[in-house]
Amino acid sequence: MEHTSLLERILRGAALTLVVIFFMFPIVWILMMSFQTNETILRIPPQLVFKPTLANYTALITGKLTTAAGTLDIAFMRNLWNSVFLSVTSVAVALLLGVPAAYAFARHKFRGSEDIAFTLLSFRFAPALLVLLPLTLYFQKLGLANTYIGLIWVYQLICLPLILWIVRGYFEDIPADIEYAYRIAGHSWFATFRKIALPLAGPGIAAAGLLAFIFAWNNFIFALVLASADKQPVTVGALAFITSSGIQYGQISAAIVLSITPTLALALYAQRYLVEGLSLGAVKG
Amino acid sequence: MSQSALTISGVDKFYGPIDRGVHAVQNLTMEIDKGEIVALLGSSGCGKTSTLRMIAGFEEVSRGTISVAGRKVHTLPPVKRNVAMAFEGYSLYPPLTVRENMAFALKAAKLRKSDVDAKVASIAKLLEIEDILERYPSSISGGQQQRASLGRALIREADLHLLDEPMGQLEPQLRAVLRGRIKHFIKERGLTAILVTHDQTEANALADRIAVMEGGVLQQFDTPDMLKQRPANLFTGTFVGEPPMNVFEAYVGTAADKINLRLPDGLSLDYDKDAFSGSVRDELLKRQRVVIGIRPYAVRRSKDGVPATVSANQWLGDQTHIAADFAGGSLVLVEHDRTRLELGAPINISIDPKNLHVFDQSSGMAISHGMELA
Repeated sequence: MEHTSLLERILRGAALTLVVIFFMFPIVWILMMSFQTNETILRIPPQLVFKPTLANYTALITGKLTTAAGTLDIAFMRNLWNSVFLSVTSVAVALLLGVPAAYAFARHKFRGSEDIAFTLLSFRFAPALLVLLPLTLYFQKLGLANTYIGLIWVYQLICLPLILWIVRGYFEDIPADIEYAYRIAGHSWFATFRKIALPLAGPGIAAAGLLAFIFAWNNFIFALVLASADKQPVTVGALAFITSSGIQYGQISAAIVLSITPTLALALYAQRYLVEGLSLGAVKG
Repeated sequence: MSQSALTISGVDKFYGPIDRGVHAVQNLTMEIDKGEIVALLGSSGCGKTSTLRMIAGFEEVSRGTISVAGRKVHTLPPVKRNVAMAFEGYSLYPPLTVRENMAFALKAAKLRKSDVDAKVASIAKLLEIEDILERYPSSISGGQQQRASLGRALIREADLHLLDEPMGQLEPQLRAVLRGRIKHFIKERGLTAILVTHDQTEANALADRIAVMEGGVLQQFDTPDMLKQRPANLFTGTFVGEPPMNVFEAYVGTAADKINLRLPDGLSLDYDKDAFSGSVRDELLKRQRVVIGIRPYAVRRSKDGVPATVSANQWLGDQTHIAADFAGGSLVLVEHDRTRLELGAPINISIDPKNLHVFDQSSGMAISHGMELA
């Protein structure tokens, strides 16, 4: 790196800046929009200088949306809570089920193990809309429609295969002899799983969990069809901003900012694990 | 020495379905006494590691039984077999230091901390790893990891210590020193050890008895001396010993009071009938074709011997290896002095009947070794 010339460094800096601008522009623009009113947002040409307002955020937090046609109740904070609850619970359930399953698939070659693993992965092949209609009918019969349990169950279609396949690759990367060494020193296989395999696969499990969380958080279609207003996450809740009197761009932007904040914070915090986890576990596995 | 530490009887190992999968170990039967050091010797894929892993419990036994100290263990999980093992790939626990790795093996035994420290210290001294006890496995060399892994196995009190290629990564000098110390350590404590190796020097130096395996079949299980002097078949004969035994096919013939071993290219080794003991002579004369084997150290050059042509001459610093074209094949002889022989030089070689190993031509089983029947 020390041998690069000045020109090379300048060009590299310029290239990096371009890439950053390209990828960050939408987010920065949304952030700016969230502090503006609909009028200033829709000004033509758009202006970078404006008088910031917190009205959008206030509206979201208080749940009172004031439009030209009158005051509207929105349940954005409720939606946000739903998103947190659904995503966290789904990922927790998927980890609880998926990590031991991944271990089993990695360590024990039993009859049909590859087929089962592949079937689980194939859940992600089917277009969600294709699955949704029959699923809705079943859920209505079973009384699972519009319940958290039902939604968390369906979210396993997103989280479980992801966690299973990433974590499996991680377990396969741990030399089996390390576990054997532990077992022969007088420990059961369960103790070995807990004390040796789990800690060694830790970064991979964290990465898979994080990725599954992001996928679950961003899900739209399952919740749209299977949940009514009080169970809907932010992705669906944002539809409420398309009102009879026009689209509330300011509030939508503020809602986006609020809803990406948890995932963004989580991703930034665990960025190192995510990159490591994805490049080591998933690719090799 | 009477109690058996390990009994393997009629053990088969199939990878894949029984009788149809890969037959890695075939009908293996061995008995190892308490206090013995046994080496499983063979080339890669001969079944030696599979055998070790079946004893440890990491591979299922397809057929047959394994008993450790009189208990049938082949259906028990590894934790209940009371065996210790050093792994070929070291398999140290990455988050623990070398000291913790070694002490860890004692945790299940619930010893007092002072006892554990004393044990770790003595083993570390034995293996010369005292200065890396506080380091982590990822920060030490392969040889050091291997010694730590060996230490982790030796520190335990178990009915059986299984060592898989325990010294493969060590430097030659250190290896020689450690061999002696480890042997002493095992003998002093009356431990029973099985080591897997493809290095004959290591097997010879450490083991009381060596089990030679090939193609999943136990070829011979005997002391190092006996393996050299009385190889049970052609495989052990050529596998054990460095440089390997010279072998030639020969026709047995008689003329007057001579026995001729006729080799290709019209050559013949002629011996007086009285040169062989009666029983060996009878066995020889019963057959037409045999395979004869001669150790390189037993080949002599003499004026009235059979002609050969030098094809290579290497001085190794303490001995000379001479390769010669002989009887349609190649023959190696070893001399202790530096020999000046040009390539292509004619030499004459003779072989004392006392040093002749004779094998059956079709089965490869030994017929005689020198003056004695196999």
